[in-house]
Amino acid sequence: MSEKRTRIGSFEFSSRLFLGTGKYSSYPVMTAALEASGCEVVTVAVRRDVLAPEGGTKPDNILDHLDLNRYTILPNTAGCFSAKDAVRSAKLSRELLEGLDHPGAKWVKLEVLADKKTLLPDPIGTLEATKALVDAGFEVLAYTGDDPIVAKHLKDAGAVSVMPLGSPIGSGQGILNPNNILLCLEYLKEDDPDYPVIVDAGVGTASDVSIAMELGADGVLLNTGIAGAADAVTMASAMNHAIQAGRLAYLSGRIPRKRYATASSPMENVIAPA
Amino acid sequence: MRIILNGQPRTAEEPTSVADLLSQLELEPVRVAVEINEDIVPRKRFGETPIRDGDRIEIVTFVGGG
Repeated sequence: MSEKRTRIGSFEFSSRLFLGTGKYSSYPVMTAALEASGCEVVTVAVRRDVLAPEGGTKPDNILDHLDLNRYTILPNTAGCFSAKDAVRSAKLSRELLEGLDHPGAKWVKLEVLADKKTLLPDPIGTLEATKALVDAGFEVLAYTGDDPIVAKHLKDAGAVSVMPLGSPIGSGQGILNPNNILLCLEYLKEDDPDYPVIVDAGVGTASDVSIAMELGADGVLLNTGIAGAADAVTMASAMNHAIQAGRLAYLSGRIPRKRYATASSPMENVIAPA
Repeated sequence: MRIILNGQPRTAEEPTSVADLLSQLELEPVRVAVEINEDIVPRKRFGETPIRDGDRIEIVTFVGGG
């Protein structure tokens, strides 16, 4: 079966797995995990730069460890708890990436969070920031809950992709409400089947990725599920297989669930008829 | 003069530009974005943009994140 590349705004990719770059035990482990995952897009956050301590040396910058010709950087506004801070963060990212002459300057993964305990997105702040960033010329990928109505509002506000969560960030709980993800897909793709929907957050292991893809998601973004695994590089490889398995299963058209058994072997001419 | 750099009070020599400040801090201009009083300073104007007493300056870069 031939597989289309996935389009998000003005970008186009073969891999449907999008990776975060936080919480790896070291930069070499991160680099090896990115490689094993087959991803083409990596997300990074913006923070105050760390100044070198008196007489000491400055720690490595993540840009020393990312091949900007190979990976498309997707800057995020993680850690922002208001629309104003998210817009400010996005503009700083754009400035950084324009300076590096990198295509990632055009887009942003918008996160406006509501609460430090759950890190759940604030739908009202997210909608407000989406409008502001679209007006400022950004291609916005909006991280949101799994509420299909909010998802539709974000698309209507101009987001190039909506990214519903599977479960809270870093929780490893997988896809808690597959029915809502299905409704998000239905509402967002109604009359617009190629509109990209990426499940973002909550992945614990490979099957979670496959489930998201089997539901019909266009991609999955994850970080902790790989970075936090005991063997991050092998888990990245598992996620690479899972995204492909889930996508192919979705395209293949699964059988319906039935209450009773359906024999795979002929029931005729058995040696001891029932 | 006194400035607030990344939320911390700091003394800077004067007169100074954004480019001079980055050089004093041993930061590579291509790895940072700079705001003065919440307005972004475009990289090509680092050399000509002065820093004034009381400015609140943010110098940011990319870090790993999800």
